[in-house]
Amino acid sequence: MSGQIGNQPTPPEAEGPLLLDVAEVSKRFPTGKKGWFSGNSRSLVHAVDDVSLTLARGETLGLVGESGCGKSTLVRLLARLTDPTSGSIRFGTRELSAIPAKDFAKDPDRARIQIVFQDAGESINPRFTAADAIADPLRQLQGLSGETLRRKVEEAATLCGLPLELLARFPHQLSGGQRARVGIARAIGPRPDLLVLDEPTAALDVSVQVTILQLLVTLRESLGMSYVFVSHDLNVVRLLCDRVVVMYLGRIVEVGPARAVFDAPLHPYTRGLVAAVPRLDGVRADALRLVGDPKSPIDPDPNACRFHGRCPIGTDRCGVEMPALRRFDGGRQAACHYAEAAPA
Amino acid sequence: MSVATMLAPAVAANAPPPVLEVTDFSVEFRTRSGVVRALDRVAFSVGRGETVALVGESGSGKSVTAYALLGLLDAAGRITGGSAVLEGMELTTASPAALSAIRGKRAAMIFQNPRAALNPIRSVGKQIGDVLRRHAGLGARAAAAGAVEMLRAVGIPDPQRRASAYPFELSGGMCQRVMIAIAVATRPALLIADEPTTGLDVTTQAVVMDIMQKLAAETGMATILITHDLALAAERSGRIAVMHAGHIVEDAPTRTLLLNPRHPYTRRLLAATSTAAGNLSDLRSIPGSLPDLRRDDLPPCRFAARCDRRLPACDQPMVWHDLEPHHRIACWNPA
Amino acid sequence: MSGGVTSDTALGHARHVVSENPVTGFALALFVIFVLAAIIGPSLVPYDPLASDTASALRAPSAEHWFGTDQIGRDIFSRVVVATRLDLGIAAASVALVFAFGGFAGLVSGFFGGWADQLIGRVSDTIMAFPLFVLAMAIVAALGNTVPNIVLATGIINFPLYVRVARAETVQRREAGFVDAARIAGHRDMGVLLGQVAPNIMPMMVVQMSLTMGYAILNAAGLSFIGLGVRAPTPEWGIMVAEGASFIVSGEWWVALFPGAMLMTAVFCFNLLGDGLRDIVDPRRRT
Repeated sequence: MSGQIGNQPTPPEAEGPLLLDVAEVSKRFPTGKKGWFSGNSRSLVHAVDDVSLTLARGETLGLVGESGCGKSTLVRLLARLTDPTSGSIRFGTRELSAIPAKDFAKDPDRARIQIVFQDAGESINPRFTAADAIADPLRQLQGLSGETLRRKVEEAATLCGLPLELLARFPHQLSGGQRARVGIARAIGPRPDLLVLDEPTAALDVSVQVTILQLLVTLRESLGMSYVFVSHDLNVVRLLCDRVVVMYLGRIVEVGPARAVFDAPLHPYTRGLVAAVPRLDGVRADALRLVGDPKSPIDPDPNACRFHGRCPIGTDRCGVEMPALRRFDGGRQAACHYAEAAPA
Repeated sequence: MSVATMLAPAVAANAPPPVLEVTDFSVEFRTRSGVVRALDRVAFSVGRGETVALVGESGSGKSVTAYALLGLLDAAGRITGGSAVLEGMELTTASPAALSAIRGKRAAMIFQNPRAALNPIRSVGKQIGDVLRRHAGLGARAAAAGAVEMLRAVGIPDPQRRASAYPFELSGGMCQRVMIAIAVATRPALLIADEPTTGLDVTTQAVVMDIMQKLAAETGMATILITHDLALAAERSGRIAVMHAGHIVEDAPTRTLLLNPRHPYTRRLLAATSTAAGNLSDLRSIPGSLPDLRRDDLPPCRFAARCDRRLPACDQPMVWHDLEPHHRIACWNPA
Repeated sequence: MSGGVTSDTALGHARHVVSENPVTGFALALFVIFVLAAIIGPSLVPYDPLASDTASALRAPSAEHWFGTDQIGRDIFSRVVVATRLDLGIAAASVALVFAFGGFAGLVSGFFGGWADQLIGRVSDTIMAFPLFVLAMAIVAALGNTVPNIVLATGIINFPLYVRVARAETVQRREAGFVDAARIAGHRDMGVLLGQVAPNIMPMMVVQMSLTMGYAILNAAGLSFIGLGVRAPTPEWGIMVAEGASFIVSGEWWVALFPGAMLMTAVFCFNLLGDGLRDIVDPRRRT
C-alpha cells in the first residue's frame, strides 16, 4: 500500500475502515439562457441530488440506473473531475470537496483515485501509443522516467494480460479487449486505493467481457483496491459487486447487498428495472412493466417523489412528501413510503 | 461440393411457405488487404408470424446477412452464391430498382442507433408519411393521418402533437419507436431488426421489444432479430440461429437451443453469458479468436481451431446434421 | 482482431499514401525541387541575378538565356530561381508565425472559453472586417516596405483563419475521454491543452499551413506587384511580373510569363501537398 512515491504515506489503519464517505452531495447545473428579465433565478438541472453513500476498504460498490440518473455525474464528483454544488466527500481522513477540482490534479491523493473509462478507444489519446498512455500517469503522478518508467509500464501491462509487443501500437490498431486492458493498466499503474470503473465492458463481446471481469477480480485481490463499478448491465453488477446503489433522476432510491437487492427489490423502480432484464429461461418472473420516460431533471419538485407518475404504486402522499432513504434489515435502504409492502 | 440437405420438410404439406428462405448464401468483400469471405453458405428460413434470432459476437456476419439480403451492401461487397427468396421473389438476382421497390414495402429494416437513422431535419410525422406516400400510394393528407395512427400504434403519447416533433426532441426510446413505425407502416411481410435495442436502457428495451412483438402478432409479420444478447433472443424469439465467423453453426427452437445446445460454440457462448451464471467463477471465456476471413485456406469449420472437441473428421467439407426435426447443427462432433 | 500488423512506421505509411495517390507524389516532388532551388539555387545559377547587360536586353528565350532577358539585360532564369529563396522564405516565416500565435490562440479560445474566447474572437472579427489584402497593404504602408513587415502583415491577415481551425478542432476534443483521463493522470489544464489536445489538432493545422503557404506566396508577390513589398532590384516573382506586365503588349511575353508560371506552380504544389500531408500525419489513417 505504501511505497508510492509522491504520496503522503498515511497508513490505512489511521484512516479507518471507510475509504469513502459521501454525505448529501449535490450537483446542480444552470441551464438554458438567462433572459433579460428573469433576474437572478435560473433553471437548474439537478444532476445529483442529496446523495450519501459509503465505501468500505476492499469493497466493490455497484452503481446502477438508467441514462439520466446521475451516475456519470456522481462518478465525476467522486473522481474530483468536477466540484459538487454542496455536500461532503471524505476520502480516508481528508475532505476532498475542499480542494477545487482544477487543483486536484497536483494533489497527492490524485494517484489514489483512478478511473477506468467506458470507451477505452475514446479515453486513450489517439496520438499516444499504448505505452505512452500507460506511462502518462506514472510520469505525472510519480515522477518516474527512463528505465524505471519502462519497467513499471511493462509490469502494469503484464498484470493486465496485455502482451508487451502491443505496447507500441496505437489505440485504433488494437482490438476492443486489448484497448480495455490498456485502460485498466493505465489506471492501476499508480496503485490507487479507489478504482472507479465506468461501464468498462459495455462495448465488448461477451467472451471478452468474461476475461476482463475476471481480470478485474484478480487485480482487486492482488492490489487491494476498492471498486465503484458503474454499469447498466445488472447481471454483471450482481456477479461482481458486494453492494449496489440504485439511482433515479439524481437521487438514491435503494441500497443494499447486490444479490438481495436484485432478488428481492424493495423500491418499485428497482423492481421495474429487474423485471425488464431479459432472462435466459425466457420467463417473465415479474409482470411489472415500467413504461414512459423519467420526468425532467430541471427544477424538480422538492416535495414529490421523483418516481411518482411512473410508479406502479403511487398515491397522493407520494406527490407531496419526498420519501426519505429508510433503513431496513440486512444493511438495506430504500426511499419509498411503501417499501415494506413490496413483495419479497 | 455443395452443402447437403436442406431441412427435411418439417412443415406439413399444406402449411404456408416461409416468408423468407435463404439457402447457400455467400457474401464476399473485396478490400485492399484481400478478399474477406464474410458469409459462407448461410441457410435459414423465417415463416409468417415467426421471430428468428440471429445471434453471434461481433464479426460473426449477422449484420452483413441483413444488409446483403436487402441489397444494402457497400460497393466492395458482393453476393457470390446462394439464393434468398422473399415471398417468391429471388433477392440475389434482383435489380437495384426491384430491390428498392420492395424495401420499405415488403421488407423493412430497423437499425441500432435510432437517432442516427432518422433524418434530423424532417419531423417524425413527415418521415412516416414519406413511406406511406411512396409505398402505399397515399396522398398527403391521408399519409399525415396514417402517420399519427402509426405513432399511436407504437405507443407514443399525444401522437397528434408529437408528429411534428424532430428527432432531436425525442428520447432514444421514442426515436426507436418512430423507426419501428416507419418500418411497419406499410405492413411489410418481413422486418429485420439489427441490434434494435443496443444502447437503450433496459426498461426502454423491454417496452420497445413489446411493441415490436405486438405489431408482429397483429400483422403476421415475420421478424429477424439480430443481436449479440442471448438472453434477449431467449425472451423474444421462437427460433435461434447461432452464427460464428460467417457460418450458421446451430439452428433450433429457442427453448431447445438453450436447454440442450449441441454445437461446441453455442455451449461456449452460453458459458460466457453472465445471465446464466451464479458466480463470476462460473463464467468461461471462449479460447482463441476469430480466424482471418481473408485467408485462402480457411478450413471448412471456422470454429475448429478453437474447439476442444475437434476430430480429424472436422477437416471434411461441412454439412448440416439434423439432430431432431427443426434442430440442425454444422458439426461433426456435437456435444 | 484478425489480421497482422501492417506497416505502421511513418515512412512506411508515407510511402503507402504516395503510392496510392500519385498526385501527392507529384506535389511532393515539386516541393523538393522548390526547396532545393531555394537552398542551393542561388549558387548554381548561370548568371548573377543583379548583373545588367543592356546590350542583351529583352532577348527571347534561347540556349544562353533559358527564360530570356529582361529590359536591362538580366537573365530571367537566374532571377526566377534566386527569387525562390525569398518568396518561399517570406511565406514560410509568416506561416510559422501565424501557426504559433493563431494556433495557440485557437487552443486557448476553444478549451477555456469565457473571456479569452470572447477577446480572441473580437480580435479575429476585427481583422476579418477588412478585405484582407487591403489590410496587408495598409500594414506594410504604415510600417514600411521591409521583409519583416511583409511577414508580419501576411501573418496578421491569416490569424483569424488559424484561430478558427484550431478552435474548432479543440472544441471537438475538449470533452473527449482522453482529456478526462489526462486530468486523472495529474495534468493541469495547460498541460492537458498542450500535451494532449494540441497533438490531436496537428493534422488539420499542418494542412492549413500548407494551404496557407500558397496564399502567403501570392500575398508577398501581390504586395510586391503593386510596389508595397520587396523593392527592385531584388529578384522576387511579384516584382518581376509587375515589371514584365508592361512588355506583354509589345510582344516580350517571357518577362512576365516565367515568374508568373513559377508563382502558379508553387501555389499549386502547396495546395496539393496540403491534402496529401493530412493523410500522412493523421495516425487514424494508418493501415
